Amino acid sequence: MSFLSIDNLKVDYVTDDGIVHALNGVSLELVQGETLGLVGETGAGKTTMAKCIMGILPKRTGKIRSGEITFEEKNLLKCSEKELQSIRGAQIAMIFQDPMTSLNPVLTVGEQIAEAVENHERCGKARAMERAEEMLELVGIPAERVHEYPHQFSGGMKQRVVIAIALACNPKMLIADEPTTALDVTIQAQVLEMMQSLKRQLNTSMLLITHDLGVVAQNCDRVAVIYAGEIVEYGTVMDVFKRMKHPYTQGLFSSIPQINADVKRLNSIPGLMLDPTLDVEGCRFCDRCKYATEECRINHPELVEIESGHSVRCFQKK
Amino acid sequence: MNEKQTGNIVTNGINSRSLWAEAWLRFKRNRVAVAGLIFVAFLIVVSIATLVLDLVTSNEIYNAYVVKQNLSLKLAPPSAEHVFGCDEYGRDILFRLIWGTRYSLFIGVVSIAIALVGGGILGSIAGFYGGKVDQMIMRVMDVFLSIPSMVMAIAIVSALGTGMTNLLFSIAVPQIPRLARIVRASVMSVKDREFVEAARSVGAGDFEIILKYIIPNALSPIIVQASLSVGAAILSIAGLSFLGIGVQPPAPEWGSILNAARTYMRDAWHISVIPGLMIMITVLSLNVAGDGLRDALDPKLKN
Amino acid sequence: MSLTNNDTLLQVNNLKKYFPTPHGLLYAVDNVSFNINKGDTLGVVGESGCGKSTLGRSILRLHEPTAGEVIFEGKNILSLNHAQMKHMRKDMQLIFQDPYESLNPRMTVSQAIQAPMLIQGMYKSKDKAALEKRTLEMMDMVGLARRLVNSYPHELDGGRRQRIGIARALALKPKFIVCDEPVSALDVSIQAQVLNLLQDLQEQLGLTYMFITHDLSVVKHLSTQIMVMYLGQTVEIGSPDQLFHNPCHPYTKALLSAIPIPDPEIKMERIQLKGEITSPINVGPGCRFAKRCVYAKPECHERSCEMTEVESGHKVACFMVKDMM
Repeated sequence: MSFLSIDNLKVDYVTDDGIVHALNGVSLELVQGETLGLVGETGAGKTTMAKCIMGILPKRTGKIRSGEITFEEKNLLKCSEKELQSIRGAQIAMIFQDPMTSLNPVLTVGEQIAEAVENHERCGKARAMERAEEMLELVGIPAERVHEYPHQFSGGMKQRVVIAIALACNPKMLIADEPTTALDVTIQAQVLEMMQSLKRQLNTSMLLITHDLGVVAQNCDRVAVIYAGEIVEYGTVMDVFKRMKHPYTQGLFSSIPQINADVKRLNSIPGLMLDPTLDVEGCRFCDRCKYATEECRINHPELVEIESGHSVRCFQKK
Repeated sequence: MNEKQTGNIVTNGINSRSLWAEAWLRFKRNRVAVAGLIFVAFLIVVSIATLVLDLVTSNEIYNAYVVKQNLSLKLAPPSAEHVFGCDEYGRDILFRLIWGTRYSLFIGVVSIAIALVGGGILGSIAGFYGGKVDQMIMRVMDVFLSIPSMVMAIAIVSALGTGMTNLLFSIAVPQIPRLARIVRASVMSVKDREFVEAARSVGAGDFEIILKYIIPNALSPIIVQASLSVGAAILSIAGLSFLGIGVQPPAPEWGSILNAARTYMRDAWHISVIPGLMIMITVLSLNVAGDGLRDALDPKLKN
Repeated sequence: MSLTNNDTLLQVNNLKKYFPTPHGLLYAVDNVSFNINKGDTLGVVGESGCGKSTLGRSILRLHEPTAGEVIFEGKNILSLNHAQMKHMRKDMQLIFQDPYESLNPRMTVSQAIQAPMLIQGMYKSKDKAALEKRTLEMMDMVGLARRLVNSYPHELDGGRRQRIGIARALALKPKFIVCDEPVSALDVSIQAQVLNLLQDLQEQLGLTYMFITHDLSVVKHLSTQIMVMYLGQTVEIGSPDQLFHNPCHPYTKALLSAIPIPDPEIKMERIQLKGEITSPINVGPGCRFAKRCVYAKPECHERSCEMTEVESGHKVACFMVKDMM
């Protein structure tokens, strides 16, 4: 059962240097209780998608050209700011990459968690503070630290606090935008494990945005690979990691040095990502693709299901 | 693609723009700021033109129109012949305003240039070396900052006497600590950046690092502050002249015109209003141009 | 002190770098010793705050070390005066982590590559033709298109900027390069391009690298020898094989087990590490890892452990090493 679905989402940014096509018709579905990994490089449109779901696209420059985001039968893109406010935090919560800047330095962590609770659940201050203590315990921080300020916490602890705030209102869905990129590996392992167990406990669905294929393999049920504003491959973790079909996905895997394999030389993907201000007719990856044919340059491939639940956007890999 | 000649090797260069060139493109989009800059540029042209005219005609026009008294036209209101009217000695106000441009602009720009050199050297030494040197310099600057700039200017002029050099000096000195602070902050923010360390790792010395790596990158806020300070300096000159210790009559400085006009405010409004407006518009132009520069040089602030 | 053989390019003995802070002394690098042979790559791994960057900068004397020896080609460079050191910098260069921060935004590509050569007097600034020829050679070498010669860093992407950083370091024909996380700011596909470039250059020019990173898979891929650091000290050093197949220090084990493996069929068994890395301010005696170590015994908290050789070229600083193996 899908409870969040994105359909043909197109987003442009209007900048001084021209119109940047950030998302070019993205369609995605998130199944209740599952974790969907969104993998892609800088500029692929990962964060733009998260911002669209949250309704926090910068108003001055960001323009949604078309598409629908349906969350529990409601089109989020048609919602008023007021409706969105009641959804944000309570139903969909977001965790940002940098725990250092996403906490307010002049409020105690308890106050910040309680604030999130008060905004959405009509309950008294005392009840909200109680809830804050529960949440801290839940993310593995002793409740006594509820009156401490963010600067008294280390990086990993701060990210736990951010997660506590996000989960304080029992949201149905959590968007995590590179939640562990700023953390060290041992701390990353701790935080990811905690997020996994909380997710199971609270039956939250999660959109996990990352560039780290290892994090995806260990934490996600399904994966969407995004390139230049398009989903190029979508399927279960096994589909994408074991039977990858799109040349870009294959390129990504051969680009990373793997700890459990010995490779003398990495196979890098030649070239750079397409200039996002360009309009192209053909496949957006064809300039870097070794399988590209004339067809790829002229026609734009659609996302086609090649086996049950596994879709690829490529002419050559039907 | 344009062909670029670099030394003996022709390269098929792409159109590269330095950060300065990009800032200029951004500045050009800000119409108000461009209008301010054009007005300031116009005043500069006017003041240079009058200087050249005076040199060529050996002050003939200056003597005939700007300072020569004609009591029959005393306090004459604006008319077709005298667009802005005449002052208490029957001198054409338009001529006096035009010839007065050079005082305001010249003193404004030169005094800030002096302050920039002084504040720049002190600020960059304090910012680059830090520690005790920084403490010593900045505490002295703090003392200076605690004296109101007008009071300090009046004190300097009264101690040294009126005259162009002293006037420049009295306006520059109070600006030095303000600029020193900006320069210091700017230098400090640049000196710990990695490209400075990169320069050090290839063996560059302090002087080279300051000149080629720190100053070009620390310049933006300094330029903005300096352009805003010119406006403040023009106000100071006008203020000092208004008090009678700035530029001395019969020189047509705008502030001294205002000073003389104050007695006739009821009978002849134009003598005070028009130079007052001139001062206001000039300072306003400098400020909007300065603000525009700030937005253009630091685009992150605006988004 | 370990023996020096003819192949040793760089030998570091008991290097210390302490920083005074308002809360006490910060032991950023504490008693670190190692050798690097010509043409080899020493990978230095550790989490943020373990002193790996400070170590790299202390070896190049960008931070003046507190004590110790850095012997480069038989000369202790810590005893060199200012002019001798400037000359020495030709042989020892640094590639930075952040290609956005490490290039002067007001300099074009050619100016950035030429600056080191002018500063070191390899070319006179009036000798324009030779200088420009060399600049273009450098650009070819690192794979930068010649048409970018007059571009500014802000017009280029991260991968290309990092190539400028590499060209700048190579311009002086160095023998030894400290690479301080040169790919961690780059995207995966660009990262592979730059890693391949660094490998190719090493082969072509016979370079010796010290490769600092937090990414164990990158280090395994490139290094001939790996050193693991924790709070300013070396905890384990050995060949990639020794370290990855027979890790002896509990911290190395924890680090290895924490890497998420990009294969959904291999589920990781985690050695849970309690707590987080603290800052090495006013550290007392005893093993610095003891507080987080599941195997810690009372003696671990009382006295510090020396590096001991467990097999040829594989050294560990842990009392429990016999139990670990």
